Amino acid sequence: MNAHMLDIRDARISVGARILFANLSFCVEASAPVTVMGPSGSGKSALLAFIGGHLGPPFRAGGRVILDGADVTDLAPERRAIGMLFQDDLLFPHLSVGANVAFALDVNVRGRAARRARVEAALGDVGLAGFFDRDPGSLSGGQRARVALMRALVAAPKALLLDEPFAKLDQALRRDFRRFVFDNAAARELPVVLVTHDPADAEAAGGAVISLGEDD
Amino acid sequence: MIGFRVNPARTFVALALGGPVLAGLALTLAPAFGYLPAIGGGRFNLAPWRELLAEPGFAATLRLTLVVGFAATLLSLGLAFGLLAASGARAKGRGFAFLLAPLLATPHAAMAIGLAFLIAPSGWIFRLSSPWATGFLAPPDFATVNDAAGLALILGLVLKETPFLLIVAIGALETIGADDHFRVARSLGEPRIAAWLKVVAPQLYTRMRLPIYATLAYSLSTVDMGIVLGPSHPLSLSLLSLRWFAAPDLDKIFPGAAAATLQLVVAVAAVGCWRGGEALVSTFGVSALQRGRRGGAVNALGAVLAGLGGVALALGLAALAALAVWSFAWRWTFPNAWPETWTSDNWRRGAIALTTPLGDTLLLAAASASAALVVAVAWLESDDRRGRPPPSRWIYLPLLLPQISFLFGAQSLLAWTRLDGSLTAVAWAHTLFVFPYTMLSLERSWRALDPRYARAAASLGASKGRILFRVKLPIQFRALAIALAIGVSVSFAQYLSTLFAGGGRVTTLTTEAIARASGGDRRFVAVAAFLQAAIPVLVYLWALLAPMGPRPAQR
Repeated sequence: MNAHMLDIRDARISVGARILFANLSFCVEASAPVTVMGPSGSGKSALLAFIGGHLGPPFRAGGRVILDGADVTDLAPERRAIGMLFQDDLLFPHLSVGANVAFALDVNVRGRAARRARVEAALGDVGLAGFFDRDPGSLSGGQRARVALMRALVAAPKALLLDEPFAKLDQALRRDFRRFVFDNAAARELPVVLVTHDPADAEAAGGAVISLGEDD
Repeated sequence: MIGFRVNPARTFVALALGGPVLAGLALTLAPAFGYLPAIGGGRFNLAPWRELLAEPGFAATLRLTLVVGFAATLLSLGLAFGLLAASGARAKGRGFAFLLAPLLATPHAAMAIGLAFLIAPSGWIFRLSSPWATGFLAPPDFATVNDAAGLALILGLVLKETPFLLIVAIGALETIGADDHFRVARSLGEPRIAAWLKVVAPQLYTRMRLPIYATLAYSLSTVDMGIVLGPSHPLSLSLLSLRWFAAPDLDKIFPGAAAATLQLVVAVAAVGCWRGGEALVSTFGVSALQRGRRGGAVNALGAVLAGLGGVALALGLAALAALAVWSFAWRWTFPNAWPETWTSDNWRRGAIALTTPLGDTLLLAAASASAALVVAVAWLESDDRRGRPPPSRWIYLPLLLPQISFLFGAQSLLAWTRLDGSLTAVAWAHTLFVFPYTMLSLERSWRALDPRYARAAASLGASKGRILFRVKLPIQFRALAIALAIGVSVSFAQYLSTLFAGGGRVTTLTTEAIARASGGDRRFVAVAAFLQAAIPVLVYLWALLAPMGPRPAQR
């Protein structure tokens, strides 16, 4: 597996006449997660939405998103192969744990048994073997977070965006899960962009820190 | 990236539903001023208005219309708020939803017929209380239904509108998060009911304006309930208009159109007055609240309203029970509390006479409710893809317009397209009224779904179509089922639109029940009305029992 690389060039996001940021360029390598920090409303989450292709009105954006050398800026979010974790796990409540992961699995993995085996293996990787048929609502917060991570990774992304996914976990769990996310991303050689309020997150990420919204 | 694009759902609604309503208004307005070349009205003039104003009892008609409209709306709102104030958190429970379900889903006509079975001089209430309490050995000789003051009509409207405003209020309560305010007010020394009325009710009210105005407009212009429960001297404005529209003498269309137009003016003016009343209440209310009295009187008033509200809900359920009992009754002499002999003959007779109306009713409900649901989903989904612009209010216009004020014009439009009298035309007319209710029901829970579910799915590689069909629709299953059930019950309830678009040639359970309500055959009417109520109620209960709806948005 080759190391992936995410390149943001001249990103600019505005709401109406207000410019949140402009001329933001940075490069994210698989080994060095980039942390984005800044007060609420500084455009942190909007930046992630822009990279992932989810940005809609009232935001306006400019700039390019280059993934592994290819310009993905004009692609729909589902065609970018950029995974995303949110503050909430957002497991689909109408699907079982296994079905949540299978939702993300490549359609070219064919056959019920084969798909199930892949999902079971993925769940096993995060210590949730045997959880396939469980209802997400019956899991603990930490278990749900791990399912959400595995669901994102099973989609075989080429980059990972983290929108404060640790914020709602309690202290002990938070440290473990953070480590777990970074280890998994590193194992797959994924560039990671992390948005957070917590300096400890940035420290754990160990890469560059971008601060938004402190110049005005 | 996002430029101007035609939004198919909005365009469809504007062309297929909005356009005809406006055209219907215009085509009713023209004959109101003497213009309808097809029947010889070639010049605009004021003769229709002169005829309307010269109609004997016109003043009484206007008075009756206004009294019924305002009294029914004020009472329903008061009872709904009283019930919520007194029941507190229990109102949000699932049990309460099941209690309201039959009252909500029962069409107005069936409720009116059931109520008449209850309160008529020979009705169940007098049977149960005679002779031991009243001394009556024969049905008393005074009017308890169709009374000239319109009291029975007001009561009938209250039985339907109180549960409607209750369910709307319960839905709105979830969006204002007023529980904390309520607790603060209680900690400041307000008794429970007063605390709710002073702190929660005002916030709730502002979220309920549209349904309240719709209730007012409906109560001012009801036709089906008016026929069953209202007086024939004087007629209410809508019924006067309908009588003229239906008269064999085509010249009567002109004053009929004038009355229909006046009905629109009355409804608009009434909503205007209501708004003025809101301003007054809010001014005096705010200064009263600042006086700092802890609410003994308010508390007592709330308790009385809650008690009356309980009576209204019980009467509604009893009316449905009366339909069931009469549909199986054979010999039932006054003043026996129960029939002496029971029979299934009424149903056998009904099965023969009602086969076609029942089939058409089901067909119309299925077509209009599912069409409305598909359009509503298309509308909401295209909004989602556009970053959720603020909701459009104009789609609720048909709820605020008296039906009589544009259905005659809409019928003219249909006649021009040669569609009038067909099932298609009636299905379309039903959809006009079903769609706003479907949207009203679906919009809140659709927009309450956390938009990040769709983002999460997209980041996993799911296309927009897959997100819609595999994520959003399944999560919204119960909300969709409830919207569909409401659509079915609105379609079942349609009377005037069936009459006009069907040109009298399409009969449904509702038109049959109302046509025979004034005749003597209680047993047959009971079967028709019971069916008319039972089917939407069952569909609604199915929806309530459907698997999980959306989780509330995570914040």
